[in-house]
Amino acid sequence: MNMARQNWSNTFAAHAALITYTLIALFPVFVILINSFKTRKAIFREPLALPGADSFSTIGYETVLKQGDFFLYFQNSLIVTVVSLFLVLLFGAMAAFALAEYRFKGNMLMGLYLALGIMIPIRIGTVAILQLMVASGLVNTLTALILVYTAQGLPLAVFILSEFMKQVSDDLKDAGRIDGLSEYRIFFVLVLPLVRPAMATVAVFNMIPIWNDLWFPLILAPAEETKTLTLGSQVFIGQFVTDWNAVLSALSMAILPVLVLYVIFSRQLIRGITSGAVK
Amino acid sequence: MGSLRLKNIHKSFGSVDVIKDVSLEVSDGEFIIFVGPSGCGKSTLLRIVAGLEDATSGTIEIDDKVVNAIPPSQRGIAMVFQSYALYPHLTVRDNMSLGLKQAKRPADEIRESVDMASNMLSLNEYLDRRPSELSGGQRQRVAIGRAIVRQPELFLFDEPLSNLDAALRVNTRLEIARLHRELNATMIYVTHDQTEAMTLADRIVVLHDGRVEQVGSPMELYNKPDNKFVAGFIGSPQMNFIDATEFGRKDAKTIGIRPEHITVSRESGDLKGNVSHIEHLGADTNLFLDCGSAGLISVRLQGEQDFEIGSSVYAIFDADRTYRFDENGQTIVNV
Ligand SMILES: Nc1ncnc2c1ncn2[C@@H]1O[C@H](COP(=O)(O)OP(=O)(O)OP(=O)(O)O)[C@@H](O)[C@H]1O
Ligand SMILES: [Mg+2]
Repeated sequence: MNMARQNWSNTFAAHAALITYTLIALFPVFVILINSFKTRKAIFREPLALPGADSFSTIGYETVLKQGDFFLYFQNSLIVTVVSLFLVLLFGAMAAFALAEYRFKGNMLMGLYLALGIMIPIRIGTVAILQLMVASGLVNTLTALILVYTAQGLPLAVFILSEFMKQVSDDLKDAGRIDGLSEYRIFFVLVLPLVRPAMATVAVFNMIPIWNDLWFPLILAPAEETKTLTLGSQVFIGQFVTDWNAVLSALSMAILPVLVLYVIFSRQLIRGITSGAVK
Repeated sequence: MGSLRLKNIHKSFGSVDVIKDVSLEVSDGEFIIFVGPSGCGKSTLLRIVAGLEDATSGTIEIDDKVVNAIPPSQRGIAMVFQSYALYPHLTVRDNMSLGLKQAKRPADEIRESVDMASNMLSLNEYLDRRPSELSGGQRQRVAIGRAIVRQPELFLFDEPLSNLDAALRVNTRLEIARLHRELNATMIYVTHDQTEAMTLADRIVVLHDGRVEQVGSPMELYNKPDNKFVAGFIGSPQMNFIDATEFGRKDAKTIGIRPEHITVSRESGDLKGNVSHIEHLGADTNLFLDCGSAGLISVRLQGEQDFEIGSSVYAIFDADRTYRFDENGQTIVNV
């Protein structure tokens, strides 16, 4: 068997595996989407059928848009996710830079302490967090959620980013120091652009759990004006009856913003501008 | 302008002493080269001068001013790194002007300065490119340009040519020599390369294990090495070291002789050996003689010469050019 042929069959196998995986991953999304456009009866009769002339209905979307303040929930979710991600990336990168760049006493210990959070789920502290929020009057504010998600995301962010920061050339930072850049300029102007792919990874890792979280919105911010999308959608799920049309429609709409954010970050993942910096 | 004085510099990383009591005076306009084996502390010493690393003790004076507590950007220095260290997101022009912009110099002065440097290094056609769009040699020229633009009193080079291929290295070496003449600035240059050291330096500083072994002009180091280490480090192929007892001499521990100061004869000489290997370099021929208990002796002969491997020949030493070393490796001076 010659090389070209072997490469071709390897490529084929790799693509077949990836396509299979993609189909499996997309299937539930597909089912949600098609069923969100069907009547309630049609959903139960033939869950996998595409919406036809007789089964097509937008009743779910109508219910969602009428019931409750869906756009407000949407906005709340978006604010919480974007602000939390921004803070996780900013503080995570700064802490990672300090750990990677500066020699100080307790550097190792500090790194371990910050990484400890990866192993301990933040939900264990829910009661204490709730007490804290009550005491500081932050219950039923988006700030409460943002603070919690920032804390939740930081350990992994610091851990991943400090590994990447260590790989940024020392000479580059030193050249900046000789040119008189402050440590902040070196961090923002020289180092951050070079670890952008790592930042995007961290952002993608953190985004989905924050967007989907039901636990903390339910406990810390269940008020009407601070409901997130996931929490808002819960009104359609009852103990005895569930309005499946509405649930599926709400879920379909909830996919969109995450998709947009993901596209933004994944472009960063692919782009690397490291080349030409050193060597 | 541009003098440097190091007084009793010590540097330790944790419990490891890297620089041990280094003192050095460099006068204005001198070209000083640091050489030494890998890990001897050349880069560390250079970074201490630059202010990128703090000395554990000792004082650094630039222009008779103590600069220990002054940040790198205000020491009047510029540094060229082995890895170029260009800013990847900036064009060549912006790479070169960042330092001056940071120092808030007027825009036309910056432009003038950049144009001057880019003329000097023939970088004009690349000014709008990013570093990733340049070849290795061009990148290193940009890095040198970035240093020139700052118009420093003191240039620091850390192995600037070691990433370049041989031909480019010769060109850039000549360029650096020309820059030194034209700019009249003080330069401190770290290298592994003997040729660079011998050809560029006004004075060479030989470092070993964090200590200065000897400071002197290239010819001083070649002709009058203070000790066995310097004798072995300067010159290539390395000086031959032979135990003095081989010659029945009691006035030294070791006898040293450079390969180029040995001739060979088939009839008689100081030491008998078998030819074990020959290297033909065109202009020279390197001969390796296996001299039994005296060890392997390398001989450098002029021109093309042929010997049969395994044949036995005699090495004749140029008596005026042999060196004697005592048991501490110090040179015993002939009187
Ligand atoms: N940040 C650091 N922490 C601990 N040890 C260090 C550090 N930087 C350098 N060293 C040690 O200091 C010694 C001297 O290093 P330095 O980089 O000055 O060597 P060098 O002479 O430049 O070597 P080379 O020719 O290989 O570049 C080495 O043994 C190195 O391990
Ligand atoms: Mg070095």
